[in-house]
Amino acid sequence: MTMETDVNSSSAGTDTAGVAGPVNERSALQRLLTVTVGPIVAAFLLSAIILAMVGVNPLTYYGYILERSLFSGLGLEQTATRMAPLLFLCASLIIAFRAGIWNLGTDGQFLLGAVVSAATAPLLVGVLPGWAVLAVGFALAAFVGAVWSIIPALLKAYQGVNEIITTLMMSFLGVLMASTLVKLVFRDPNTTVPQTRTLPVEDRLPRLFETSISSGLVWGLVAVLLVHLMMTRTSFGLRLRTVGANPAAASHAGLSVPLLTLATFGLSAGFAGLSGASEILGVAGNVRANWNPAYGLMVIPLVFLARFHGVGAIVLVFFYSALLIGSESAARRLGVPQDFTLVLVASLLICLGLGEYIDHHKRKKER
Amino acid sequence: MGGLLTEAFLSSLFTGAIVAAVPMLLAGLGEQMSEKAGVLNIGIEGMMLMGAYMGFLIAFKTDSLWLGFAGGILGGVLTAIVMAILCVRLGLNQIVIGIGLTLGAEGLTALLHHFQFSRTYPRLPAPERLNVPGLTDLPIIGPSLFGRHLIVYLAIAAVVVLALLYRRTNLGMTLRAAGERPAALDVAGGNVLGIRVFAVLFTGAMAGLGGAYLANIGAGLFIPFMTGGAGFIGIVLAMLARGRPLWVLIGSLIFGAALSLTTALQVAGSNIPTDVIQMLPFAAVMLVLVLFGRRAKLPAALGVAYERGAR
Amino acid sequence: MANATDTLANLSPETGTGVIGVHGVTKRFPGVIAVNNVSLNFYPGEVHVLLGENGAGKSTLVGILAGLQEPDEGHLSLNGREARLASPSASLEAGISTVFQHSMLVPTLTVLENLTLGAPWYERPPRAEIAARMDELQRDFALSLPLDAITGELSLGQQQQIEIARALLRNSKVVILDEATSMLTPQGAEELGARMQKLVKSGLAVIFITHKLAEAYRFGNRISVLKQGALAGELGPEELKAMSEEQAVDQIVRLMFGRAAGATSSAHRKSSAGEQTVLKVQALSTQGDADVMGLADISLALRAGEILGVAGIDGNGQKQLAEALAGQRSLIAGRVELDGEDITGASVAQRRRKGLRYLTDDRLAEGSVAAFPISENAVLKDIGQSPFWVNGIERPQRIAQHARDLIANFSVRTPGETTPIGRLSGGNIQKLLLGRELFGEARVVVFNKPTYGLDLQNIEASRKRIAEIAERGLGVLLISTDLDELLALSDRIAVMEGGRVRGTVENDGSGEALRLRIGRMMAGEDENKRAAA
Repeated sequence: MTMETDVNSSSAGTDTAGVAGPVNERSALQRLLTVTVGPIVAAFLLSAIILAMVGVNPLTYYGYILERSLFSGLGLEQTATRMAPLLFLCASLIIAFRAGIWNLGTDGQFLLGAVVSAATAPLLVGVLPGWAVLAVGFALAAFVGAVWSIIPALLKAYQGVNEIITTLMMSFLGVLMASTLVKLVFRDPNTTVPQTRTLPVEDRLPRLFETSISSGLVWGLVAVLLVHLMMTRTSFGLRLRTVGANPAAASHAGLSVPLLTLATFGLSAGFAGLSGASEILGVAGNVRANWNPAYGLMVIPLVFLARFHGVGAIVLVFFYSALLIGSESAARRLGVPQDFTLVLVASLLICLGLGEYIDHHKRKKER
Repeated sequence: MGGLLTEAFLSSLFTGAIVAAVPMLLAGLGEQMSEKAGVLNIGIEGMMLMGAYMGFLIAFKTDSLWLGFAGGILGGVLTAIVMAILCVRLGLNQIVIGIGLTLGAEGLTALLHHFQFSRTYPRLPAPERLNVPGLTDLPIIGPSLFGRHLIVYLAIAAVVVLALLYRRTNLGMTLRAAGERPAALDVAGGNVLGIRVFAVLFTGAMAGLGGAYLANIGAGLFIPFMTGGAGFIGIVLAMLARGRPLWVLIGSLIFGAALSLTTALQVAGSNIPTDVIQMLPFAAVMLVLVLFGRRAKLPAALGVAYERGAR
Repeated sequence: MANATDTLANLSPETGTGVIGVHGVTKRFPGVIAVNNVSLNFYPGEVHVLLGENGAGKSTLVGILAGLQEPDEGHLSLNGREARLASPSASLEAGISTVFQHSMLVPTLTVLENLTLGAPWYERPPRAEIAARMDELQRDFALSLPLDAITGELSLGQQQQIEIARALLRNSKVVILDEATSMLTPQGAEELGARMQKLVKSGLAVIFITHKLAEAYRFGNRISVLKQGALAGELGPEELKAMSEEQAVDQIVRLMFGRAAGATSSAHRKSSAGEQTVLKVQALSTQGDADVMGLADISLALRAGEILGVAGIDGNGQKQLAEALAGQRSLIAGRVELDGEDITGASVAQRRRKGLRYLTDDRLAEGSVAAFPISENAVLKDIGQSPFWVNGIERPQRIAQHARDLIANFSVRTPGETTPIGRLSGGNIQKLLLGRELFGEARVVVFNKPTYGLDLQNIEASRKRIAEIAERGLGVLLISTDLDELLALSDRIAVMEGGRVRGTVENDGSGEALRLRIGRMMAGEDENKRAAA
């Protein structure tokens, strides 16, 4: 599933396996420039123009973000902590996209996972040992995330209903459902603002060494790398990739496309649920009503930019976290609303598409 | 619950249903044309938002609702031009670009609104309403059916006009050919990219107008992220309506009613959280998809870029 | 109609420039020269046959004339003046209408809508006018079409008539028919031949593209032979008239293959059929729907070492039969036995492991994943099996070694096993897929159109391999739309029509008589029933 292939991805593009297959050495660097570095630079330039148009000096802004998120000790720690949920979402999307499924419902799966883990973990403190509290929280979050994808999964696998629409609808439903659950079911009776009970700081995921970095980061890294190895080095991964690249060839080879589709949804949505839990059990401790960081759609460009490659995704998530941390602070200091990161992400997606287009046509000419 | 069915409740329910339905109706009609032509326009949410922002800004600056609507159309079309160039001319992935446009419009409108109005949300004066003597004075349905802004009736007229165009002229079959088998249209001398570009721009115009209605008539002000999925519901309406404009109208009224229950119940003093009621339209969509999903047959070439001679 | 040229004695074209000229045209695609310095003239009043094998450059030439592609070198001319056909609409405006090999109609639209496709969007379809013109066409060319029917529900023959009618409604001067008989019965092809003669008599130029020798001679007034993208020779109307059919065919074969007619591989092979039945199919039926034909009551028996041919016009259930045997399509009735064991309920993977193999006709869309390297495609049907995977973990060296073995044993031409399979030519993909199907303990191989779209060398090699496979004692079910191929290889031939087997004949080498019998069954005549009656 590259930028230039179609929705159903049956007419697989010529370079879906660009990650796995070796690239011509001479052009490898050129390709890296056109399809990765080029779009990133172009996106920052485009966003700089927009900043300049609203009267903000882009150099000041970008400089501030770098300084705040990467070159200050605390900022760097915050950046590393922010990576955890994004990494789990990358794992979720790498599975889905490599298997040819557009799971656009990660926001709903994320929030429900978050709410369920926030609702259960504080009640289990003292009942179970600390590690078990966290394990149960994560497991329930993964389960609930996966459950939330069942309807789109069944509709896709057995009725051929386009999953873009069903996952989006379930996402909207999930966001509202999460908020309802916080207000009506899991509400902490001891607070005036509607929110869940809070997991005490000492019961959350342990911090790394002497820093404020949540160990969720480690689990996120493990998740992405495991998913990457699963997709590229195991028979199960090859089955999923075959279904994603060419469902007809998968049926022909004797693979059960419906069952593998269900598995893809379950795993992808499960990791989205884990993402929510990692934010709650690692950092926030509770869910406030109407809380929705909406990471889901924003991670998509990173996963595309990384060509569905785990290590690439980790690098990009690092920079993206830095951007998020920096822009939160910039919103207070420079008065640029944090929503500006959306503009940057959108420019990135569009420049990425253009880069891929240029690359595609260059190689067409070469052949 | 018997006390709920008061005149105030019903009146605000009807009024709210129509107010909520119009943006979805316009978006759905627009998306319908794109989907017929084979373009899955996920960017429609962004087009609505741009329409809402530009529509509000121009109405606010000029004190003219009609100029505001024109501004909304302009905002939608400008966003649609990006989509047309990238997805139709260059053949880039419609979903990725669509998501990009939606995210970009969300960020851009929030950014521009911030620098324009800082943290204030100025209101437009209440719009002029149509007043049909006798009819508008009818109880409950009077003000909601006959006391609306003229644009509401134009939206309903658009349903009829589109239905006639699809049925009576070559437009319907040209769009369907572009969506089902673009190569066939191409070798028959038709212009596949031309009709697809036209469809995408039309979608932008309709979505932009819908957004402007949402801001200028529905709310009377602009709030970042105010479309809240109305564009996505438009996509679903278009998918389920299977090419028929009248079904988009019916569907949008049903969704409008579900959405307006929120405000109507608040008027009636109910304490059900708004989230629950806001879930209704999305739950309804899922229910419809579960029941009729198999029959929501989409054009064969939906989402597939057309390149001449490619197999 | 014995020889079309006789009936056209008084309609020889004026000398000089034709309606369309092709002058020194060359067209390159990545890795191949599809058309190499070809010059041709097409005249009104003539059926001009472009004859050549698959890959000889015919389709590219059609694409250039239809405005889908532009030549890299050389140019086209219209009535003696140099012209560019940069788009399909430019080609249509120049009076050229093309009936493509694969239907270019929109299946969900009505016949009337397909006839008016391409008209400005704001106009109304001129129904009355078209109905009147269609009456004329019915009188003049025996074209009869239900205007309000949904196109996809009509037979392929009727769909082709729509495209011809569309060309005539546009008042075209030139009609191109690309492989127009591939979807037709032998009888339907004769009707098309007669219709083409009516068209040229009314002053049109017809360009008829085919790879079938006999059709070229029977239907054509002028024959140009293409070989590997270049013009190999041309037989003008006078020349053709002066020759007997035998002489003409000899001459054409020499041009096409560079050798005499007798030496083609159509010589009947010696049977290697044994006694033991390896595959037995009893009363097999599948569900059909609007898009896919169902199978009804199919019974077959295949012996070890035997080649059982399956003849029929494309789309009469052959693919469904292959899929049902491979386990890809569920049955509503019937029973399948392999080596006496009931495998009716076995999955695709189980059948493969038991030795039932299926080589699909759709090499790219179904047989392989274009973007995956050759190595992964080579083991696509053995995912998770040892020695390539151990406990679900991939053994990359084993997989690579296996791919290299296949590449060597089946002479696949490729830079290496890491090359994406989509970059290979059709013939090389076919070799690799064949290697994949023969891996391990194969008992029965189902071939679906194994030589379709291959060049001559690869066709020869493939046929040789199929014969070798049978000689090794495997049962071969050979589905093909090429009757010559079936007559050359098969021990027996089953004929399918409308999802049924209409009869099975011994391939006794009786030539024309057998061909005629098979042709009648392909048209739906039921030999089984006739014999019973």
